[in-house]
Amino acid sequence: MTFDVEKIRKDFPNLSTRGRDEKPLIYFDNAATTFKPCQVISSTHAHYCHRTANIHRGVHYLSEEATAAYESSREKVRSFLNARDNFEIIFTKGATESINLVAHSYGRKFIKSGDEVIISEMEHHSNIVPWQMLREETGCVIKVIPFNDQGELLMDEYRKLLTSRTRLVSIVHVSNSMGTVNPVKEIIALAHAAGAVVLVDAAQGVSHEPIDVQDWDCDFLAFSGHKLYGPTGVGVLYGKQALLETMPPYQGGGDMILSVSFDKTIFNRLPFKFEAGTPNIAGVIALGDAISYVKAVGWEGVSAYKNELLAYGHKLLETVPGLRMIGTAKHKAPIFSFILQDIHPHDIGTLIDREGVAIRTGHHCTQPVMKHFNIPATARASLAFYNTKDELDIFVKALHKIIEVFK
Amino acid sequence: MTEHTDELYQQVILEHNKHPRNFVKLCPCTHEAEGYNPLCGDHLSVYLRITPEGVVNEVSFYGDGCAISKASASMMTAAVKGKTVDEAKLLFEEFRKLVMKETDAAQPQQLLGKLAVFSGIWKYPSRVKCAILAWHTMKGALDKEKSVSTE
Repeated sequence: MTFDVEKIRKDFPNLSTRGRDEKPLIYFDNAATTFKPCQVISSTHAHYCHRTANIHRGVHYLSEEATAAYESSREKVRSFLNARDNFEIIFTKGATESINLVAHSYGRKFIKSGDEVIISEMEHHSNIVPWQMLREETGCVIKVIPFNDQGELLMDEYRKLLTSRTRLVSIVHVSNSMGTVNPVKEIIALAHAAGAVVLVDAAQGVSHEPIDVQDWDCDFLAFSGHKLYGPTGVGVLYGKQALLETMPPYQGGGDMILSVSFDKTIFNRLPFKFEAGTPNIAGVIALGDAISYVKAVGWEGVSAYKNELLAYGHKLLETVPGLRMIGTAKHKAPIFSFILQDIHPHDIGTLIDREGVAIRTGHHCTQPVMKHFNIPATARASLAFYNTKDELDIFVKALHKIIEVFK
Repeated sequence: MTEHTDELYQQVILEHNKHPRNFVKLCPCTHEAEGYNPLCGDHLSVYLRITPEGVVNEVSFYGDGCAISKASASMMTAAVKGKTVDEAKLLFEEFRKLVMKETDAAQPQQLLGKLAVFSGIWKYPSRVKCAILAWHTMKGALDKEKSVSTE
Protein backbone atom coordinates (compact mmCIF):
# COMPACT_ATOMS: atom_id res chain seq x y z
CA MET A 1 0.00 0.00 0.00
CA THR A 2 1.46 3.34 -0.96
CA PHE A 3 1.50 6.16 1.50
CA ASP A 4 -0.40 9.21 0.25
CA VAL A 5 0.66 12.16 2.39
CA GLU A 6 -1.66 14.62 0.65
CA LYS A 7 -4.63 12.42 1.45
CA ILE A 8 -3.49 12.13 5.07
CA ARG A 9 -3.05 15.89 5.38
CA LYS A 10 -6.70 16.44 4.50
CA ASP A 11 -7.64 14.58 7.69
CA PHE A 12 -5.87 17.15 9.88
CA PRO A 13 -7.71 20.48 9.86
CA ASN A 14 -5.04 22.15 11.99
CA LEU A 15 -2.58 21.79 9.11
CA SER A 16 -4.48 24.45 7.18
CA THR A 17 -4.34 26.92 10.07
CA ARG A 18 -2.21 29.97 9.35
CA GLY A 19 0.85 30.71 11.43
CA ARG A 20 2.05 34.12 12.55
CA ASP A 21 1.46 36.90 10.01
CA GLU A 22 -0.86 34.61 8.02
CA LYS A 23 2.05 32.50 6.84
CA PRO A 24 1.18 28.93 5.88
CA LEU A 25 1.82 26.91 9.01
CA ILE A 26 4.56 24.30 9.12
CA TYR A 27 4.06 22.29 12.28
CA PHE A 28 7.33 20.70 13.38
CA ASP A 29 6.54 20.34 17.08
CA ASN A 30 5.06 16.88 16.98
CA ALA A 31 7.24 15.56 19.77
CA ALA A 32 5.43 18.00 22.06
CA THR A 33 1.99 17.08 20.78
CA THR A 34 0.57 15.94 17.47
CA PHE A 35 -2.37 17.37 15.56
CA LYS A 36 -5.61 15.41 15.66
CA PRO A 37 -7.42 13.98 12.66
CA CYS A 38 -11.11 14.79 12.01
CA GLN A 39 -11.95 11.27 13.15
CA VAL A 40 -10.69 12.08 16.64
CA ILE A 41 -12.15 15.57 16.78
CA SER A 42 -15.58 14.40 15.65
CA SER A 43 -15.43 11.51 18.10
CA THR A 44 -15.18 13.91 21.03
CA HIS A 45 -17.88 16.12 19.58
CA ALA A 46 -20.20 13.17 18.98
CA HIS A 47 -19.64 11.85 22.48
CA TYR A 48 -20.72 15.08 24.12
CA CYS A 49 -23.60 15.54 21.68
CA HIS A 50 -25.06 12.06 21.92
CA ARG A 51 -23.48 9.92 24.59
CA THR A 52 -22.81 12.03 27.68
CA ALA A 53 -23.17 9.78 30.70
CA ASN A 54 -21.05 8.36 33.45
CA ILE A 55 -19.79 4.82 33.01
CA HIS A 56 -19.83 1.51 34.87
CA ARG A 57 -22.64 2.50 37.23
CA GLY A 58 -25.70 3.52 35.30
CA VAL A 59 -28.42 1.15 34.19
CA HIS A 60 -29.83 3.62 31.73
CA TYR A 61 -29.27 3.49 28.02
CA LEU A 62 -26.74 6.31 27.65
CA SER A 63 -24.59 5.02 30.49
CA GLU A 64 -24.51 1.59 28.93
CA GLU A 65 -23.62 3.11 25.56
CA ALA A 66 -20.83 5.19 27.10
CA THR A 67 -19.53 2.20 29.06
CA ALA A 68 -19.47 0.05 25.94
CA ALA A 69 -17.60 2.74 23.99
CA TYR A 70 -15.12 3.26 26.84
CA GLU A 71 -14.46 -0.45 27.19
CA SER A 72 -14.15 -0.92 23.45
CA SER A 73 -11.35 1.64 23.56
CA ARG A 74 -9.59 -0.56 26.08
CA GLU A 75 -9.84 -3.42 23.63
CA LYS A 76 -8.41 -1.20 20.88
CA VAL A 77 -5.44 -0.32 23.07
CA ARG A 78 -4.95 -3.97 24.03
CA SER A 79 -4.88 -5.00 20.41
CA PHE A 80 -2.63 -2.04 19.48
CA LEU A 81 -0.03 -3.07 22.07
CA ASN A 82 -0.73 -6.79 21.65
CA ALA A 83 -1.35 -7.20 25.37
CA ARG A 84 -2.82 -10.50 26.52
CA ASP A 85 -5.87 -9.16 28.30
CA ASN A 86 -8.00 -6.04 28.42
CA PHE A 87 -7.56 -5.69 32.15
CA GLU A 88 -3.84 -5.13 31.65
CA ILE A 89 -4.71 -1.75 30.11
CA ILE A 90 -5.18 1.05 32.64
CA PHE A 91 -6.32 4.48 31.55
CA THR A 92 -4.49 7.41 33.12
CA LYS A 93 -4.20 11.07 32.28
CA GLY A 94 -0.94 10.60 30.42
CA ALA A 95 2.45 8.90 30.34
CA THR A 96 3.57 10.98 33.32
CA GLU A 97 0.75 9.69 35.49
CA SER A 98 1.39 6.14 34.27
CA ILE A 99 5.02 6.32 35.39
CA ASN A 100 4.02 7.90 38.70
CA LEU A 101 1.50 5.13 39.22
CA VAL A 102 4.22 2.49 38.92
CA ALA A 103 6.69 4.44 41.07
CA HIS A 104 4.04 5.01 43.70
CA SER A 105 2.31 1.64 43.79
CA TYR A 106 4.90 -0.91 42.65
CA GLY A 107 7.82 1.17 43.89
CA ARG A 108 6.61 1.71 47.42
CA LYS A 109 5.71 -1.93 47.87
CA PHE A 110 8.63 -3.69 46.24
CA ILE A 111 11.58 -1.27 46.23
CA LYS A 112 13.35 -0.98 49.55
CA SER A 113 16.31 0.88 50.94
CA GLY A 114 19.46 -0.02 49.03
CA ASP A 115 17.52 -1.53 46.12
CA GLU A 116 18.45 -0.15 42.74
CA VAL A 117 16.45 1.54 40.00
CA ILE A 118 18.16 2.00 36.65
CA ILE A 119 17.18 4.82 34.30
CA SER A 120 19.17 6.44 31.50
CA GLU A 121 20.86 9.74 30.85
CA MET A 122 18.35 10.51 28.09
CA GLU A 123 15.19 10.23 30.17
CA HIS A 124 12.49 12.87 30.10
CA HIS A 125 12.13 14.53 33.51
CA SER A 126 8.91 12.54 33.93
CA ASN A 127 10.99 9.37 34.07
CA ILE A 128 13.54 10.84 36.47
CA VAL A 129 11.63 12.79 39.09
CA PRO A 130 9.14 10.04 40.16
CA TRP A 131 12.13 7.79 40.95
CA GLN A 132 13.86 10.55 42.87
CA MET A 133 10.67 10.97 44.89
CA LEU A 134 10.71 7.24 45.53
CA ARG A 135 14.36 7.48 46.55
CA GLU A 136 13.45 10.19 49.07
CA GLU A 137 10.86 7.92 50.57
CA THR A 138 12.53 4.52 50.48
CA GLY A 139 16.28 5.15 50.33
CA CYS A 140 16.62 3.26 47.06
CA VAL A 141 19.53 3.97 44.72
CA ILE A 142 19.19 5.44 41.21
CA LYS A 143 21.73 4.39 38.62
CA VAL A 144 22.03 6.00 35.21
CA ILE A 145 22.95 4.40 31.87
CA PRO A 146 25.12 6.88 29.95
CA PHE A 147 24.98 7.49 26.20
CA ASN A 148 27.66 8.30 23.62
CA ASP A 149 27.94 11.54 21.64
CA GLN A 150 25.71 10.12 18.93
CA GLY A 151 23.02 9.72 21.56
CA GLU A 152 23.15 5.90 21.74
CA LEU A 153 22.97 4.10 25.06
CA LEU A 154 26.20 2.44 26.16
CA MET A 155 24.93 -1.09 26.50
CA ASP A 156 28.16 -2.36 28.06
CA GLU A 157 27.77 0.22 30.80
CA TYR A 158 24.19 -0.88 31.25
CA ARG A 159 25.29 -4.50 31.71
CA LYS A 160 27.69 -3.36 34.42
CA LEU A 161 24.98 -1.46 36.26
CA LEU A 162 22.74 -4.51 36.62
CA THR A 163 23.21 -6.24 39.98
CA SER A 164 21.29 -8.54 42.27
CA ARG A 165 19.91 -5.36 43.90
CA THR A 166 18.39 -4.06 40.65
CA ARG A 167 14.64 -4.11 41.11
CA LEU A 168 13.44 -2.00 38.22
CA VAL A 169 14.72 -0.56 34.95
CA SER A 170 12.75 2.39 33.60
CA ILE A 171 13.81 3.30 30.11
CA VAL A 172 12.70 5.58 27.31
CA HIS A 173 11.79 3.91 24.02
CA VAL A 174 12.41 6.92 21.75
CA SER A 175 14.28 9.96 23.07
CA ASN A 176 12.17 13.11 22.75
CA SER A 177 15.19 15.39 22.57
CA MET A 178 17.50 13.36 20.28
CA GLY A 179 15.22 10.98 18.43
CA THR A 180 17.24 7.89 19.41
CA VAL A 181 15.30 4.64 19.17
CA ASN A 182 16.62 2.45 21.98
CA PRO A 183 17.07 -1.33 21.76
CA VAL A 184 14.19 -1.91 24.14
CA LYS A 185 13.90 -5.66 23.65
CA GLU A 186 17.55 -6.22 24.49
CA ILE A 187 17.34 -3.89 27.51
CA ILE A 188 14.37 -5.86 28.81
CA ALA A 189 16.02 -9.26 28.29
CA LEU A 190 19.12 -8.14 30.21
CA ALA A 191 17.04 -6.73 33.06
CA HIS A 192 15.00 -9.92 33.30
CA ALA A 193 18.18 -11.99 33.42
CA ALA A 194 19.15 -9.89 36.45
CA GLY A 195 15.73 -10.40 38.02
CA ALA A 196 14.47 -6.84 37.51
CA VAL A 197 11.21 -5.63 36.00
CA VAL A 198 11.12 -3.06 33.20
CA LEU A 199 8.97 -0.02 32.56
CA VAL A 200 9.13 1.38 29.03
CA ASP A 201 8.33 5.07 28.53
CA ALA A 202 6.82 4.92 25.05
CA ALA A 203 5.50 8.50 24.99
CA GLN A 204 7.51 9.34 21.86
CA GLY A 205 7.84 5.82 20.54
CA VAL A 206 4.16 4.96 20.37
CA SER A 207 3.69 6.96 17.16
CA HIS A 208 6.99 5.82 15.70
CA GLU A 209 6.80 2.06 15.37
CA PRO A 210 4.50 -0.81 16.27
CA ILE A 211 4.73 -1.95 19.87
CA ASP A 212 4.29 -5.57 20.89
CA VAL A 213 4.43 -5.83 24.67
CA GLN A 214 4.45 -9.62 24.53
CA ASP A 215 7.27 -9.78 22.02
CA TRP A 216 9.23 -7.21 24.02
CA ASP A 217 8.20 -8.99 27.22
CA CYS A 218 8.01 -5.64 29.00
CA ASP A 219 6.42 -5.50 32.42
CA PHE A 220 5.04 -1.98 32.23
CA LEU A 221 4.62 0.46 29.36
CA ALA A 222 3.44 4.07 29.46
CA PHE A 223 2.22 6.40 26.74
CA SER A 224 0.07 9.51 26.21
CA GLY A 225 -2.82 9.83 23.82
CA HIS A 226 -1.95 13.32 22.64
CA LYS A 227 1.34 12.25 21.03
CA LEU A 228 -0.57 9.59 19.10
CA TYR A 229 -2.99 11.94 17.31
CA GLY A 230 -5.41 11.59 20.23
CA PRO A 231 -6.64 14.12 22.78
CA THR A 232 -4.69 15.53 25.72
CA GLY A 233 -5.49 14.36 29.23
CA VAL A 234 -5.58 10.65 28.48
CA GLY A 235 -2.85 8.06 28.61
CA VAL A 236 -2.23 4.40 29.17
CA LEU A 237 -0.36 2.20 31.54
CA TYR A 238 0.09 -1.35 30.38
CA GLY A 239 1.14 -3.78 33.09
CA LYS A 240 1.48 -7.54 33.22
CA GLN A 241 -1.45 -9.00 35.09
CA ALA A 242 0.69 -10.87 37.62
CA LEU A 243 2.40 -7.62 38.62
CA LEU A 244 -0.71 -5.45 38.66
CA GLU A 245 -2.47 -7.99 40.90
CA THR A 246 0.21 -7.64 43.56
CA MET A 247 0.21 -3.84 43.51
CA PRO A 248 -1.86 -1.72 45.89
CA PRO A 249 -4.23 0.93 44.46
CA TYR A 250 -2.64 4.22 43.47
CA GLN A 251 -5.58 6.45 44.33
CA GLY A 252 -8.73 5.82 46.31
CA GLY A 253 -12.20 6.77 45.20
CA GLY A 254 -15.20 5.68 43.22
CA ASP A 255 -15.05 2.87 40.68
CA MET A 256 -11.96 1.31 42.27
CA ILE A 257 -13.92 -0.45 45.02
CA LEU A 258 -16.25 -3.41 45.30
CA SER A 259 -17.67 -2.40 48.65
CA VAL A 260 -17.01 0.31 51.19
CA SER A 261 -17.85 0.44 54.84
CA PHE A 262 -16.17 2.42 57.58
CA ASP A 263 -14.49 -0.77 58.80
CA LYS A 264 -13.28 -2.20 55.54
CA THR A 265 -13.10 -1.46 51.85
CA ILE A 266 -12.74 -4.19 49.28
CA PHE A 267 -10.94 -3.06 46.16
CA ASN A 268 -12.26 -3.70 42.69
CA ARG A 269 -10.56 -6.08 40.28
CA LEU A 270 -8.22 -5.04 37.48
CA PRO A 271 -8.15 -2.66 35.74
CA PHE A 272 -10.69 -0.69 37.79
CA LYS A 273 -8.54 -0.94 40.92
CA PHE A 274 -6.30 1.66 39.29
CA GLU A 275 -9.00 3.88 37.80
CA ALA A 276 -10.39 5.80 40.75
CA GLY A 277 -12.97 8.46 40.01
CA THR A 278 -14.74 9.35 36.79
CA PRO A 279 -12.13 9.01 34.07
CA ASN A 280 -11.68 11.08 30.93
CA ILE A 281 -14.46 9.18 29.18
CA ALA A 282 -14.59 11.23 25.98
CA GLY A 283 -10.78 11.26 25.88
CA VAL A 284 -10.49 7.50 26.24
CA ILE A 285 -13.04 6.95 23.49
CA ALA A 286 -11.28 9.45 21.21
CA LEU A 287 -7.95 7.73 21.93
CA GLY A 288 -9.55 4.54 20.65
CA ASP A 289 -10.50 6.40 17.49
CA ALA A 290 -6.95 7.74 17.15
CA ILE A 291 -5.65 4.18 17.33
CA SER A 292 -8.17 3.07 14.69
CA TYR A 293 -6.93 5.93 12.54
CA VAL A 294 -3.25 4.99 12.93
CA LYS A 295 -4.07 1.36 12.15
CA ALA A 296 -6.04 2.34 9.05
CA VAL A 297 -3.12 4.45 7.77
CA GLY A 298 -0.89 1.42 8.27
CA TRP A 299 2.55 1.15 9.84
CA GLU A 300 4.35 -0.05 6.76
CA GLY A 301 3.79 3.06 4.68
CA VAL A 302 4.33 5.34 7.67
CA SER A 303 7.67 3.80 8.63
CA ALA A 304 9.07 4.02 5.11
CA TYR A 305 7.84 7.58 4.72
CA LYS A 306 9.22 8.76 8.06
CA ASN A 307 12.59 7.21 7.26
CA GLU A 308 12.53 9.14 3.99
CA LEU A 309 11.81 12.38 5.87
CA LEU A 310 14.59 11.58 8.34
CA ALA A 311 17.20 10.97 5.63
CA TYR A 312 16.08 14.00 3.63
CA GLY A 313 16.10 16.25 6.70
CA HIS A 314 19.56 15.17 7.76
CA LYS A 315 20.92 15.71 4.25
CA LEU A 316 19.41 19.20 4.02
CA LEU A 317 20.55 20.25 7.48
CA GLU A 318 24.10 19.22 6.65
CA THR A 319 24.14 22.09 4.16
CA VAL A 320 23.49 24.68 6.88
CA PRO A 321 26.81 26.26 7.90
CA GLY A 322 27.66 25.90 11.58
CA LEU A 323 24.76 23.56 12.37
CA ARG A 324 25.52 20.88 14.92
CA MET A 325 23.05 18.03 15.15
CA ILE A 326 22.38 16.78 18.67
CA GLY A 327 21.49 13.13 18.30
CA THR A 328 22.83 11.18 15.34
CA ALA A 329 22.03 7.64 16.43
CA LYS A 330 21.83 4.89 13.83
CA HIS A 331 18.24 4.20 14.80
CA LYS A 332 16.37 7.44 14.91
CA ALA A 333 12.90 8.91 14.66
CA PRO A 334 12.55 12.08 12.52
CA ILE A 335 13.47 14.42 15.35
CA PHE A 336 16.10 17.02 14.48
CA SER A 337 17.62 18.62 17.54
CA PHE A 338 20.38 21.08 16.80
CA ILE A 339 22.33 24.15 17.69
CA LEU A 340 23.24 26.73 15.07
CA GLN A 341 26.49 28.66 15.31
CA ASP A 342 26.30 30.84 18.43
CA ILE A 343 22.68 31.77 17.82
CA HIS A 344 20.59 30.99 20.87
CA PRO A 345 17.85 28.40 20.18
CA HIS A 346 15.17 30.77 21.47
CA ASP A 347 16.16 33.38 18.93
CA ILE A 348 15.92 30.70 16.24
CA GLY A 349 12.51 29.69 17.59
CA THR A 350 11.12 33.23 17.50
CA LEU A 351 12.60 34.09 14.10
CA ILE A 352 11.49 30.88 12.44
CA ASP A 353 8.02 31.27 13.91
CA ARG A 354 7.77 34.46 11.84
CA GLU A 355 8.25 32.28 8.78
CA GLY A 356 5.33 30.14 9.88
CA VAL A 357 7.45 27.28 11.19
CA ALA A 358 6.62 25.95 14.66
CA ILE A 359 9.55 24.28 16.38
CA ARG A 360 10.41 23.71 20.01
CA THR A 361 13.36 25.35 21.69
CA GLY A 362 14.74 24.75 25.15
CA HIS A 363 15.87 21.74 27.13
CA HIS A 364 12.82 19.63 26.19
CA CYS A 365 12.48 18.42 29.79
CA THR A 366 15.76 16.54 29.38
CA GLN A 367 18.25 18.69 31.22
CA PRO A 368 20.73 15.81 31.69
CA VAL A 369 20.91 15.50 27.88
CA MET A 370 21.75 19.22 27.64
CA LYS A 371 24.39 18.73 30.32
CA HIS A 372 25.93 15.83 28.39
CA PHE A 373 26.54 18.13 25.43
CA ASN A 374 27.29 21.12 27.66
CA ILE A 375 24.61 23.27 26.03
CA PRO A 376 21.72 25.16 27.64
CA ALA A 377 19.16 24.31 24.99
CA THR A 378 18.57 23.08 21.45
CA ALA A 379 16.20 23.94 18.64
CA ARG A 380 14.14 20.89 17.79
CA ALA A 381 12.11 20.10 14.71
CA SER A 382 10.08 16.94 15.22
CA LEU A 383 8.12 15.52 12.31
CA ALA A 384 4.98 13.44 11.99
CA PHE A 385 3.70 11.42 9.04
CA TYR A 386 1.73 14.40 7.73
CA ASN A 387 4.87 16.52 7.26
CA THR A 388 6.53 16.82 3.87
CA LYS A 389 9.86 17.30 2.17
CA ASP A 390 8.60 20.65 0.86
CA GLU A 391 8.12 21.77 4.44
CA LEU A 392 11.67 20.69 5.24
CA ASP A 393 12.89 22.79 2.30
CA ILE A 394 11.12 25.89 3.64
CA PHE A 395 12.40 25.19 7.15
CA VAL A 396 16.01 24.93 6.04
CA LYS A 397 15.69 28.02 3.86
CA ALA A 398 14.45 29.90 6.92
CA LEU A 399 17.50 28.73 8.89
CA HIS A 400 19.74 30.21 6.20
CA LYS A 401 17.84 33.51 6.55
CA ILE A 402 18.34 33.50 10.32
CA ILE A 403 22.07 33.12 9.83
CA GLU A 404 21.93 36.25 7.67
CA VAL A 405 20.13 38.20 10.41
CA PHE A 406 22.85 37.36 12.91
CA LYS A 407 25.74 37.92 10.52
CA MET B 1 12.58 38.11 7.57
CA THR B 2 9.30 39.97 7.83
CA GLU B 3 8.84 43.52 9.06
CA HIS B 4 7.46 42.29 12.37
CA THR B 5 10.58 40.29 13.05
CA ASP B 6 12.62 43.36 12.40
CA GLU B 7 10.56 45.06 15.10
CA LEU B 8 12.00 42.68 17.64
CA TYR B 9 15.39 41.83 16.16
CA GLN B 10 16.32 45.38 15.28
CA GLN B 11 19.84 46.25 14.36
CA VAL B 12 20.48 47.84 17.74
CA ILE B 13 19.50 44.63 19.52
CA LEU B 14 21.59 42.47 17.19
CA GLU B 15 24.51 44.83 17.65
CA HIS B 16 24.30 44.78 21.46
CA ASN B 17 24.03 40.99 21.31
CA LYS B 18 27.19 40.79 19.26
CA HIS B 19 29.12 43.41 21.21
CA PRO B 20 27.58 43.58 24.67
CA ARG B 21 28.57 46.64 26.71
CA ASN B 22 29.88 46.29 30.25
CA PHE B 23 30.14 42.54 29.77
CA VAL B 24 32.47 41.77 32.65
CA LYS B 25 32.38 40.60 36.24
CA LEU B 26 32.75 43.82 38.20
CA CYS B 27 35.10 43.33 41.11
CA PRO B 28 34.90 44.75 43.69
CA CYS B 29 31.25 45.69 43.63
CA THR B 30 28.77 46.76 46.29
CA HIS B 31 25.71 44.96 44.91
CA GLU B 32 25.28 41.83 42.83
CA ALA B 33 22.62 39.24 42.04
CA GLU B 34 22.18 36.25 39.83
CA GLY B 35 19.25 35.92 37.43
CA TYR B 36 17.93 32.75 35.85
CA ASN B 37 15.28 32.15 33.25
CA PRO B 38 14.56 28.40 33.32
CA LEU B 39 12.61 28.58 30.07
CA CYS B 40 15.58 29.67 27.96
CA GLY B 41 18.37 28.69 30.26
CA ASP B 42 19.38 32.37 30.30
CA HIS B 43 21.69 32.82 33.21
CA LEU B 44 23.34 36.09 34.08
CA SER B 45 24.71 38.09 36.95
CA VAL B 46 24.45 41.84 37.42
CA TYR B 47 27.09 43.77 39.35
CA LEU B 48 26.81 47.33 40.64
CA ARG B 49 29.21 49.69 42.36
CA ILE B 50 27.18 52.26 44.21
CA THR B 51 28.66 55.31 45.87
CA PRO B 52 27.76 56.25 49.46
CA GLU B 53 25.65 59.02 47.91
CA GLY B 54 23.56 56.38 46.14
CA VAL B 55 24.83 56.82 42.59
CA VAL B 56 25.42 53.88 40.25
CA ASN B 57 29.08 54.47 39.53
CA GLU B 58 29.72 51.24 37.66
CA VAL B 59 27.40 48.51 36.44
CA SER B 60 28.09 45.36 34.48
CA PHE B 61 26.66 41.96 33.66
CA TYR B 62 28.03 38.57 32.77
CA GLY B 63 26.52 35.26 31.70
CA ASP B 64 24.83 33.33 28.91
CA GLY B 65 21.60 34.03 27.19
CA CYS B 66 19.64 34.58 24.02
CA ALA B 67 20.05 37.72 21.92
CA ILE B 68 17.09 39.39 23.56
CA SER B 69 18.28 38.87 27.13
CA LYS B 70 21.86 39.78 26.30
CA ALA B 71 20.97 42.93 24.37
CA SER B 72 18.54 43.96 27.06
CA ALA B 73 21.19 43.50 29.76
CA SER B 74 23.76 45.39 27.73
CA MET B 75 21.43 48.31 27.08
CA MET B 76 20.34 48.33 30.70
CA THR B 77 23.89 48.77 31.95
CA ALA B 78 24.38 51.65 29.54
CA ALA B 79 21.13 53.23 30.67
CA VAL B 80 21.56 53.08 34.45
CA LYS B 81 25.21 54.02 34.66
CA GLY B 82 25.50 57.39 36.39
CA LYS B 83 21.90 57.30 37.60
CA THR B 84 20.91 57.35 41.25
CA VAL B 85 19.52 54.18 42.79
CA ASP B 86 16.06 55.73 42.85
CA GLU B 87 16.33 56.67 39.18
CA ALA B 88 17.49 53.16 38.33
CA LYS B 89 14.48 51.71 40.13
CA LEU B 90 12.18 54.11 38.32
CA LEU B 91 13.72 53.08 35.03
CA PHE B 92 13.14 49.45 35.96
CA GLU B 93 9.47 50.23 36.54
CA GLU B 94 9.16 52.08 33.23
CA PHE B 95 10.88 49.27 31.35
CA ARG B 96 8.67 46.67 33.03
CA LYS B 97 5.59 48.62 31.98
CA LEU B 98 6.93 48.93 28.44
CA VAL B 99 7.49 45.20 27.90
CA MET B 100 4.26 44.26 29.66
CA LYS B 101 2.44 46.81 27.49
CA GLU B 102 1.15 48.68 30.49
CA THR B 103 2.31 52.03 29.16
CA ASP B 104 0.11 54.49 27.37
CA ALA B 105 1.13 54.31 23.72
CA ALA B 106 0.33 58.00 23.24
CA GLN B 107 2.90 58.99 25.87
CA PRO B 108 6.39 59.13 24.47
CA GLN B 109 8.76 57.19 26.68
CA GLN B 110 11.41 59.85 27.05
CA LEU B 111 12.84 58.26 30.13
CA LEU B 112 13.51 55.01 28.30
CA GLY B 113 15.24 56.49 25.26
CA LYS B 114 16.87 53.74 23.17
CA LEU B 115 15.25 51.08 25.35
CA ALA B 116 12.05 51.73 23.40
CA VAL B 117 13.32 49.16 20.85
CA PHE B 118 11.78 46.56 23.15
CA SER B 119 8.33 48.06 22.80
CA GLY B 120 7.15 45.34 20.40
CA ILE B 121 8.07 42.44 22.61
CA TRP B 122 4.67 42.12 24.28
CA LYS B 123 3.59 40.39 21.08
CA TYR B 124 5.92 37.53 22.04
CA PRO B 125 4.79 36.65 25.56
CA SER B 126 7.30 33.82 25.82
CA ARG B 127 10.14 36.27 25.18
CA VAL B 128 9.15 39.01 27.62
CA LYS B 129 10.97 37.08 30.35
CA CYS B 130 14.16 37.20 28.31
CA ALA B 131 13.96 40.98 27.96
CA ILE B 132 13.23 41.64 31.59
CA LEU B 133 15.64 39.15 33.18
CA ALA B 134 18.58 41.55 33.59
CA TRP B 135 16.27 44.24 34.94
CA HIS B 136 14.76 41.97 37.57
CA THR B 137 18.26 40.86 38.46
CA MET B 138 19.43 44.45 38.87
CA LYS B 139 16.37 45.23 40.99
CA GLY B 140 17.17 42.14 43.07
CA ALA B 141 20.76 43.33 43.52
CA LEU B 142 19.53 46.76 44.63
CA ASP B 143 17.08 45.09 47.01
CA LYS B 144 19.89 42.79 48.15
CA GLU B 145 18.34 39.58 46.84
CA LYS B 146 20.97 37.06 45.80
CA SER B 147 19.01 35.04 43.27
CA VAL B 148 16.24 36.03 40.91
CA SER B 149 14.15 33.87 38.61
CA THR B 150 11.73 35.05 35.97
CA GLU B 151 9.61 31.92 36.29
